[in-house]
Amino acid sequence: MAQWAWLVALFPLLAFALMEVAPGRLRLRRDTLGTVAVAASFVVSLAVLVDVWAGARAAASWQWAQVGPVQIPMGWQVDPLSAVMLVVVNLVSLMVHVFSLSYMEGDVRYGRYYAILSLFTFSMLGLLLVDNFLGLFIFWELVGLCSFVLIGHWYEEKANSNAAMKAFLTTRVGDVAMLIGILVLFAHLGTLKYGDIWSAAQSGQLSLDVITTASLLLFGGAIGKSAQFPLHVWLPDAMAGPTPVSALIHAATMVAAGVYLVARAFPLFSLSPTALYWVAVTGGFTAIFAATIAVVQDDIKKVLAYSTISQLGYMFLGLGAGSLVAGSFHLVTQAFFKSLLFLAAGSVIHAVHTQNLHEMGGLYPRMKWTAWTWMIGALSMAGIPPLAGFWSKDEVLLAAYRSPYPILFWLALVAAFLTAFYITRATWLAFFGTARDEQRARHAHESGWRMQLPLGVLALLAAGAGLLGASWFGHPFTHFIAGSVPAGTHLAEPEPAGLVQGLALLAAVAGIAVAGGIYGGGWVSRASLIRAGRPLYVLLKRKYFVDELYGWVFVKGTVALSWLTGAFDRYIVDGIVNAVGWLGVQLAYATGDFDQAVIDGAVNGVGQAVEGGGRLLRRAQTGYVSTYLVTLATAVVAVLILLVLRR
Amino acid sequence: MIPLGYILGFSALLFGLGLYGALTRRNAIRMVMSIELMLNAVNVNFLAFSRYLNPGDPRGSIWAIFVMTVAAAEVALGLAIILMLSRRQDDIDVDKVHSLQG
Repeated sequence: MAQWAWLVALFPLLAFALMEVAPGRLRLRRDTLGTVAVAASFVVSLAVLVDVWAGARAAASWQWAQVGPVQIPMGWQVDPLSAVMLVVVNLVSLMVHVFSLSYMEGDVRYGRYYAILSLFTFSMLGLLLVDNFLGLFIFWELVGLCSFVLIGHWYEEKANSNAAMKAFLTTRVGDVAMLIGILVLFAHLGTLKYGDIWSAAQSGQLSLDVITTASLLLFGGAIGKSAQFPLHVWLPDAMAGPTPVSALIHAATMVAAGVYLVARAFPLFSLSPTALYWVAVTGGFTAIFAATIAVVQDDIKKVLAYSTISQLGYMFLGLGAGSLVAGSFHLVTQAFFKSLLFLAAGSVIHAVHTQNLHEMGGLYPRMKWTAWTWMIGALSMAGIPPLAGFWSKDEVLLAAYRSPYPILFWLALVAAFLTAFYITRATWLAFFGTARDEQRARHAHESGWRMQLPLGVLALLAAGAGLLGASWFGHPFTHFIAGSVPAGTHLAEPEPAGLVQGLALLAAVAGIAVAGGIYGGGWVSRASLIRAGRPLYVLLKRKYFVDELYGWVFVKGTVALSWLTGAFDRYIVDGIVNAVGWLGVQLAYATGDFDQAVIDGAVNGVGQAVEGGGRLLRRAQTGYVSTYLVTLATAVVAVLILLVLRR
Repeated sequence: MIPLGYILGFSALLFGLGLYGALTRRNAIRMVMSIELMLNAVNVNFLAFSRYLNPGDPRGSIWAIFVMTVAAAEVALGLAIILMLSRRQDDIDVDKVHSLQG
């Protein structure tokens, strides 16, 4: 079945193409078309995963283009990493498709929404399937485009289209670095195929400096796409898009593409301790940085957005600590529990028509299904065994603990505490306590099977997916994923440590307990807490002033620079142009005068002379025959006399 | 044989008559007749010189015939113009015709 893996990407592409060209009645069924296509893809990808799990591999490549002497091949491959990701992407995409049937019902751009969803699914699957960096880059930009379109889905509001623009431009900063990284590899090796590059790097064809440079540049792209510090600013704003889109693109799949890139290029990264160090530091710092911001957010989607940034930081920490498995495992589990949380949040938003946590509360009795599935996701993310998040977070923490920089472990542990804290806070504010907005709470209700089914399926996976990597079963995921890098790649598979598991569990329970105490138990009032830590609260509330800083440095800086170049353009360049123009006009006047006075004078002078002569001579033409005759006779006589006289 | 001088004198007299007529007459027909006189005076000169200076050479006579031919054409043309004049203004006084004045 593995050799049919390309079908996975084909279905959504066909669906998208059909949606774009389909006439009339078929156009109205774009939702069904998209959902069926993704379902078909999902089935195929499951079969592929089963096949790959059993040891099958498949790849194909062909000549795509030729530019001068440079051959550009294109191809696809499936290995354990991409096979797993294919299933994850397809599953989440399918769930989002089903969920949107209800959530987006009656939307102004319902059909277009599904069309872009299909295009996105195709691009994401393509990104996973390609076997070279050029294809990766193409699909990388395609998913970015779909993200842009979907964030700006309700573009009538300026804030939404601004958010779309911000996401596009911010990720572009990373993409430039990534493109340069790809070109560095191409310049040194003349190939962009993963396999060729790995073997070249491992056989020592590339110097360590080149490997480090290329890895860090590639990581720049990952920073942009996966919203890591300092390019994280776009993801919270991207919440302007529809909630199912946030679940699919900005939680489970596209933002995970950065992690996938590093995992995919792990044979390269693992050769450079410097690159790994920076991946780990960026991830570790972002994990705690974003977690602290999430603690004070009022918007339920913003909480989840910062949580996503923080969890992606965990993945990079795991990869940077040298453990491919930790990073990719957390990637898979996070995709499930985070898309679950987003869809549950969507269900809540759909019911109460607000995203502000302080306008919710007391929803549990009316939305039990949503509340329970949300709580499974929340506990999974907080890291309570035996839910998925516990196993994967444990792997990450373990990798950090055994890495050369254990300080990152303690950072990640604090982040784990904060994770448990903020998600418990959000849970309590949304579902429990008294309804702070009676009107909204009274009208809240579940929204039918199309929204409940995806929640159920994802809850099942958020709870159970971790068992794949559980020590109880001998870490099957670890052995499986290890098959996606060439033999000889250094994979740090750390010894399990009871201490780490204990501390992780302690941090999670402590976070839940403290948050439950503050928000549920009423140990301390929120107001007094805020008063006590006023400066810190403001700092977190304003997201460390990063947006303000960027606004000052980049936006204002760009504006100032453009003002400067504008002034240069207006005064100096325009001045020169105008001076040249003025000179031209003056010269034209001068030549015009010369033309009129001298040349026209000469021409007119000739005319006037002829006219004057004619006026004189016409008097001879009297019209009287006799005059002529007399003149003639006189002339003849005169001539005769002259002739005679000359003789 | 009549001496050449007589004949030349005759032709000069004839030419003078023609010239006088052409300059003094106002009637177009008379003018044309006077011009014919002058042409014939020339013819006489041609024939006289041919006969006396170069006997046996026909070129002088041929020239005379040419002149007569041209004169015939000229008379035809002149009479046609005069005919048109008389039709237009019922008068053939050349002093009343000066529409070609410059």
